[in-house]
Amino acid sequence: MRMLSVLSRLAWRYLWRNHRRTIVMLGAISIGAWAMIFMTALTRGMVDQMILDGISALPGHVQVHHPDYLDDPSINNLLPLDDEELERRFAGAGFVAWSSRVKVPAVITSERESRGVTLLGIDPAAERGLTFIDEENIDGRFLEGPDDKGIVIGAKLARTLETEVGKRVVLMSQDPDNDIADRGFRIIGLFHASMPDHEDGYVFVGKRVAQNMLRIGGATTEVVFLGDDYRNVEPTYEQVLAAVDGSVSVKRWNEVATYLGSMLEVMDGFVVIWVIVIFLALSFGLVNTLVMAVFERVREIGLMMALGMKPSAILGQIILESMLLLIVGLAIGDLLAWASIQPIKDGLDISIVAEGMEMMGASSILYPKLLLQDVVLANVVVLILGFLASLSPAWRASRYEPVEAITKV
Amino acid sequence: MNIVLRLAWRNLWRHSRRTWLTIGAMVFSNTLLVFMISLQFGMYALMVDNTLKVFTGHMQVQAPGYNDDQKMRQVVPDVAGLAASLRESLGSDEIAARGWAFGLASSAERSYGIGIYGVEPDFEPRVSSIPGLVTEGRFFTDTNDPAIVVGAVLARNLRATIGDEITLLGTGVDGSFAAAVVTIVGIFDSSVVDLDRSIALMPLGAFQDVFFMNGAGHQVVLFADSLSAVGTLRREVEGLLPDGDDLVVHDWDALQPGLKQAIQADISSAFFMYAILVILVAFSVLNTQLMSVLERTREFGIVMALGLRAGRLGRLVMLETALMGFIGLILGAIGGALVTSWFTANGLSFPGMQEMAAQFNLPARVYPSVSFLSALLGPLVVFLFTLLAAAYPALRLHKVRIVDAMRTN
Repeated sequence: MRMLSVLSRLAWRYLWRNHRRTIVMLGAISIGAWAMIFMTALTRGMVDQMILDGISALPGHVQVHHPDYLDDPSINNLLPLDDEELERRFAGAGFVAWSSRVKVPAVITSERESRGVTLLGIDPAAERGLTFIDEENIDGRFLEGPDDKGIVIGAKLARTLETEVGKRVVLMSQDPDNDIADRGFRIIGLFHASMPDHEDGYVFVGKRVAQNMLRIGGATTEVVFLGDDYRNVEPTYEQVLAAVDGSVSVKRWNEVATYLGSMLEVMDGFVVIWVIVIFLALSFGLVNTLVMAVFERVREIGLMMALGMKPSAILGQIILESMLLLIVGLAIGDLLAWASIQPIKDGLDISIVAEGMEMMGASSILYPKLLLQDVVLANVVVLILGFLASLSPAWRASRYEPVEAITKV
Repeated sequence: MNIVLRLAWRNLWRHSRRTWLTIGAMVFSNTLLVFMISLQFGMYALMVDNTLKVFTGHMQVQAPGYNDDQKMRQVVPDVAGLAASLRESLGSDEIAARGWAFGLASSAERSYGIGIYGVEPDFEPRVSSIPGLVTEGRFFTDTNDPAIVVGAVLARNLRATIGDEITLLGTGVDGSFAAAVVTIVGIFDSSVVDLDRSIALMPLGAFQDVFFMNGAGHQVVLFADSLSAVGTLRREVEGLLPDGDDLVVHDWDALQPGLKQAIQADISSAFFMYAILVILVAFSVLNTQLMSVLERTREFGIVMALGLRAGRLGRLVMLETALMGFIGLILGAIGGALVTSWFTANGLSFPGMQEMAAQFNLPARVYPSVSFLSALLGPLVVFLFTLLAAAYPALRLHKVRIVDAMRTN
């Protein structure tokens, strides 16, 4: 133990003997560490937002459908469980939120234009936390209950249809017997969504109104459940699975939204690759610094060995020097990363490429997300790989023959 | 060989290990840069190509405002005539007229809202990949055939197949009710579910009949010889438009703003990473050259005492760096080209890529190819920054005081 404290003090002093070299190296390590963490936080934030947006674009964490519904989202693939049955099985089971919906394709027509949309019959009270609708940001008002006779459409869709709050539109779909099911609605609200596609594609009506219009009684097409965390949906999944039989299909969000699911995996991989690439770029400089540090004090090392210092102590000292350099560099880098994320924590506006981000499924405000696990990963990877990289120069230093080393000019 | 050059070359190899480590950092970064840049540019080209050749084309002639609102009545009058005259004046066949309408398609069992393109049977295959993707049945032969080609998912959802009749309901250009019975003659499979689910094609003549277009349409699609020729062609087309009609030409960037922005967003995040790599290499070089200058302080003192000016020595240091950078540049460019070529032959794929690629109309396996530009761009930037990094040690020589320097150990 005393040996260690002596060695680390020696290592620290050696580092500062050639302070320019140490400072340049520290600069490189800090920038590397900063880049690792900063970049990771940005991409994490982006993916996180994409997934939250994606999940709020209605899949929930776990969903239940008729087995054929996902392939063919039509009124003929109703859930075999009606609302009363669902209520009995899931009410009070402790989900963060759950809701059953009618979700079918429909055509909306104003006096001017018609467009294809997805009709959502919802119970607004149960949908809290499950939709992308921001009830504060609605021109007019949102639906008040499952019996609300109004319709809420996106602001962009309203522009295309040349209609507005207070005007009437006609919704057309089909009932299970393939007869046209239609009904007039008065527009009571226009919603705004961060993704223009949502503003175009979805219209909301009361669940029971939709059920009447489509003549399906108390039936719905999907039930969605929200658990605590999108990264861990297994408990919710198991719970839902236990409550139903094989007549319905139960899916996790990443099975429904495969793009988002794979995005998450790819990003996890990207973080590791990015950290390793940066480290490799750093490692050349690190090894170089150590090689030089050993080279310029060959005589000294020889002398220490002649005085009886064990090769293992020399080895330990060079490695200690490398570790000290890395730890200080990492600490500065971590601090820099934290300091540079702090001011943009409330969102970085990248709306200049908004439509491009939408193509990737992301919104135009980026919220960097600093995860402890990523910081730990970056630091640990650098320390471990740094240790391995310093083994070779340290090993060489400990293998010097004292007599040769002392006499070396 | 020039004496300064020889001197610089010898100085480099005094510490061959250090030199190789520094070159190693350059080669590593250069290889990575060449590969990544080749991959990126290859993907962008594919992305643009695959996206534009579905429907967008390189540019379109439209009525003003149509690009934003896509309203039925924003028409191009005598659209087939305009396309024909453009084909004649420009001497190109990659020009076709189209109409677009929204309608409700009903089979015996199901109804879905879809987008319907009215297309010219003879010329649509030149401007769109869809006719080539007809996997069952055939594409159109006669422009007045009451026929329709639907996407594979739509056909499945409609429970309809070749020869079945479909009822179309929609709104005509004057706001009146439009209805028609058409026969499915072909089914296309683009493997993009959204397209296959919601798009159908009709011959232009029949389309104009059904929607009371009176010879009008909504767009004339054009392809230039290459992306870089788009600007020239656009000006030519603008000059050829009939004076009386109020028409505009939009290029692909205006038609698909998401595409260019997605590329820009990707480029900016990639360039951040490249910049970090380049900076780390620059630090590595700075460290090495600083060391090599410091350890030669005495030597420099002596030659300066003999009458050599600091500027000359500074050039020597820069020359050493340039030699080192040049070796790094050559080896890195070769290394990068080799790595890229391996992937050119074998293709690149990683888990999750398929889903991600589908989002951007890319194949699940990409084949990057190396070009002169992509092989030299990254390494040249690294080379420049290398020289920049050596400027500090080189300029430092001006501060050397000869007598002190000669006394240094």
